[in-house]
Amino acid sequence: MYNPTVARLTYRALLGRRRALILGALPMLLLLIATAVRALTGADDQIAADVLGGFALATMVPIIGVIAGTGAIGPEIDDGSVVYLLSKPVKRPTVIFTKLIVAIAVTMAFSAVPTLIAGLILNGNGQQIAVAYTVAALVASIAYAAMFLLLGTVTRHAVVFGLVYALVWEALFGSLVAGARTLSVQQWSLAVAHRVAGGDLVTSDVGLTTATVLLVVVTVLATWYAGQRLRSLTLAGEE
Amino acid sequence: MTTLSIDHVSRWFGNVVAVNDITMTIGPGVTGLLGPNGAGKSTLINMMGGFLAPSTGTVTLDGQPVWRNEQIYRHIGVVPEREAMYDFLTGREFVLANAELHGLGEKEARRALATVEMEYAQDRKIATYSKGMRQRVKMASALVHDPSLLLLDEPFNGMDPRQRMQLMELLRRMGDEGRTVLFSSHILEEVEQLAWHIEVIVAGRHAASGDFRRIRRLMTDRPHRYLVRSSDDRALAAALIADPSTSGIEVDHAEGALRVQAVDFARFTALLPRVAKAHGIRLLTVSPSDESLESVFSYLVAA
Repeated sequence: MYNPTVARLTYRALLGRRRALILGALPMLLLLIATAVRALTGADDQIAADVLGGFALATMVPIIGVIAGTGAIGPEIDDGSVVYLLSKPVKRPTVIFTKLIVAIAVTMAFSAVPTLIAGLILNGNGQQIAVAYTVAALVASIAYAAMFLLLGTVTRHAVVFGLVYALVWEALFGSLVAGARTLSVQQWSLAVAHRVAGGDLVTSDVGLTTATVLLVVVTVLATWYAGQRLRSLTLAGEE
Repeated sequence: MTTLSIDHVSRWFGNVVAVNDITMTIGPGVTGLLGPNGAGKSTLINMMGGFLAPSTGTVTLDGQPVWRNEQIYRHIGVVPEREAMYDFLTGREFVLANAELHGLGEKEARRALATVEMEYAQDRKIATYSKGMRQRVKMASALVHDPSLLLLDEPFNGMDPRQRMQLMELLRRMGDEGRTVLFSSHILEEVEQLAWHIEVIVAGRHAASGDFRRIRRLMTDRPHRYLVRSSDDRALAAALIADPSTSGIEVDHAEGALRVQAVDFARFTALLPRVAKAHGIRLLTVSPSDESLESVFSYLVAA
């Protein structure tokens, strides 16, 4: 199911100079904010939870997910170089699964790791807040990577749709419409984080069981469908 | 022996029919797929390579379906027309990756790079390659698993004459070795120089099929139109129409010239100067008026 050559090509494409800079910008910003907040207000559990929940999990993780998930396949389909993967005796679902693993790894590295460091800077993991949000970022990385990888196989405008989902749906609708929060990767991952942290500094609108089921279903379905899409991917000529 | 069979294949995109009920069999040796730009060559090659499903009909390689069958790529090498190819890799890394995807390794990659004579630049990034170098590395990636069928979409586009000659030599060698090689082109001379067998596609239809002599004859035997100016147009017209190689003459007053339609190309081109000389007429202009490739192709479709 996992093809090391496909993985190598995907890593090289994702971590090319320009994309790596974009991927690195938000984590750097998070660390700067964490350092500044800690310097100005001292260690405060509530503020730590606000920064990690409001910026790291709500904004940074989905955006990194969009860049890594769509970037793992979108550009190749766009410029046609995916033909070199498709003209090989490699099962298409293997290509998708491998790219998913890479997208997850990259999303985790650029979102969960900085979340942990930021949490440690903010309040030294008091009340398990740093670890809880790190777990949330890890869990969310998986679902985001799968969803946005699928988006990359479906549309040429994957980045735009991905950002609309991440910023408009999760951030805006989520705060206005209660129902939208049930269908939000962010809330599902918070349910897992709540379990880790206990207390009421980390809360979710969704129960842990629902959240777990939805996370698994979305990840598996998105990955399966992306494999199907790639099986019937059509390379139109330039005519 | 590898035979690619295209059986009553059509492909449409919305209301546009790109390929219209084409049936052909491509066997060992070099076959040229000839047609003007936009004729449907790329669409057809994409269906042959399993990158596009036919709307109707089937494409099979030795009886095996090509669409949705990854295992078929053990036998097919593809050289796409598009330029994009992992520019951040070096030529060697790119060909090695292609080898690995076939379950092969360094040895095969090295051999393929040697076949296209690209060892000298193999450690440079593909981004720095010229068009011809890219084309050769694409060839290497397609040859790395020693395929019995090679599909090339407009492989000579943008190549300089020397690179073109090298690639032709390579493809000829592949054909001589018994591989089935199919390449597309919109340039008759290119196809004629290389292909043993030619398939002509015009406006999505299969217009002609055969060896290049037959196609050449079809193309030269069609009625030719000439614009002729001379010192005595009417006397020349009278002399030409007496010969069966000429089927019609019009005196074009506006142009001050004769419009001649010839049915027998070879005989007419020999006749014209002879007749003029015999009647003491000086020829001022002789120019073919319908030699564009499109007109040649449209004649073939009508035939």
